[in-house]
Amino acid sequence: MGELLVKEKDIVVPGDELATGMDFLPDSGAYRDNDKIIATRLGVVGVNGRAIRIIPLSGKYIPKKGDTIIGKVIDVTFTGWRIDTNSAYSAMLSSKDATTRFINRGADLTQYFNFGDYIVAKIITVTSQKLIDLTMKAPGLRKLGEGRVITVNPNKVPRIIGKNGSMVSLIKEATGCTIIVGQNGIVWLSGAPEKELLAVNTIRMIEKNAHVSGLTEKVSEFLSKVN
Amino acid sequence: MTYKERFDGRKFDEIRPMEAKAGIIPRADGSAYFKIGKSVAYVAVYGPRNLFPKFLQNPEKGILRCSYNMMPFSSGGERVRPGGNRRSKEISMVTEKALLPVVDLNEFPNAVVDVFIELPQTDAGTRCAGICAAAIALADAGISMRDLVAAVSVGKVDDKLVVDLNYDEEAHEAGSTDMPVAMMPRTGQISLLQMDGDLSKEEINKCLQMATKALRQIYEVQKKALKHKYEGESI
Repeated sequence: MGELLVKEKDIVVPGDELATGMDFLPDSGAYRDNDKIIATRLGVVGVNGRAIRIIPLSGKYIPKKGDTIIGKVIDVTFTGWRIDTNSAYSAMLSSKDATTRFINRGADLTQYFNFGDYIVAKIITVTSQKLIDLTMKAPGLRKLGEGRVITVNPNKVPRIIGKNGSMVSLIKEATGCTIIVGQNGIVWLSGAPEKELLAVNTIRMIEKNAHVSGLTEKVSEFLSKVN
Repeated sequence: MTYKERFDGRKFDEIRPMEAKAGIIPRADGSAYFKIGKSVAYVAVYGPRNLFPKFLQNPEKGILRCSYNMMPFSSGGERVRPGGNRRSKEISMVTEKALLPVVDLNEFPNAVVDVFIELPQTDAGTRCAGICAAAIALADAGISMRDLVAAVSVGKVDDKLVVDLNYDEEAHEAGSTDMPVAMMPRTGQISLLQMDGDLSKEEINKCLQMATKALRQIYEVQKKALKHKYEGESI
């Protein structure tokens, strides 16, 4: 009957056969061609019961509802701001969703967020045409002040954050920096200049070694060595 | 008749030595290098990204945009005039059509995926080398694809059917025919078939068989290049 042709955590490329027979189901990153399940993405195999999916290793950020992202103000309109999301699509932040304060109609919106400002915001809707709406009415969502902005591979973000934010808290504690990681692969850091640099190097190290098991120990070792 | 042995000593159904690498251009979203004999292709993929001018946007699905370019110093000593020409425009178009059946851009309305193919050194079979490299680069860029695409040229030199012609063979005095073939190796579907010269029906069938065999080897090289870059990675 059905047979799995790959092992969990194998690296596959588009067109690789993952399984035969009707016992398995294609999840994200896979499709069914008659009795075969084929990969469509470059990534790692994940098997969950009967479902086979590919966890991608590369690719640009794809906006998803509920994601907290870091964006840059690229335009100011009548009703709000246009935000660059580090993806193929820009997002709209309406003045209604931007702050709890009352904004008069026709007020100059640049006094709240100006061109080039970075903000942390949450995606509330993504339409089929990829029109994105953001909100800043939730705890922790704010305009970002002075600091460093770096771009990382969005597929490695879960590793940088760690389980329940363990990895990022580790870096925060060791460096004393404030760090915010956006799901879209933009990271904002603020602290003493040399500590910021250390935090950036640590994040780069995590990005490069995202596949290594026991990464947390390796990171704390890396941080203690420099300190 | 006269073409008894190939100029470079290969067997008639043997392809030139290949080399492939994924992820060679750090700033690009995906990139690849593919070398077959003396033909070298570098490919950078950018996107999916915002598409301008706006009239090119397709609200139903993303578009693929390929650009094929031979560098001025790339050929056998005479300088190639820089910039686009009729030939490069055509090859850009056929490359795009060869890759389009495998890429899935339904998730990216109004966006574009740019594929830049640059050839620093050419010795025939460049559109095929470009397609092979582009398929690796697209996969490296994390684009959703049904399969990879592999391409090779087959043809006839004098009276012999050969695989993967080099420039000397293409310019053989007794005349030659060159037929580039691009194929999705898993299903065997053909996405590019051009011919310069003439072949009989039987010869075309024989050539396609030879191409299928050669493409299988190229496909393995492409897969290896991708897997090599990400070896040991997981989340």
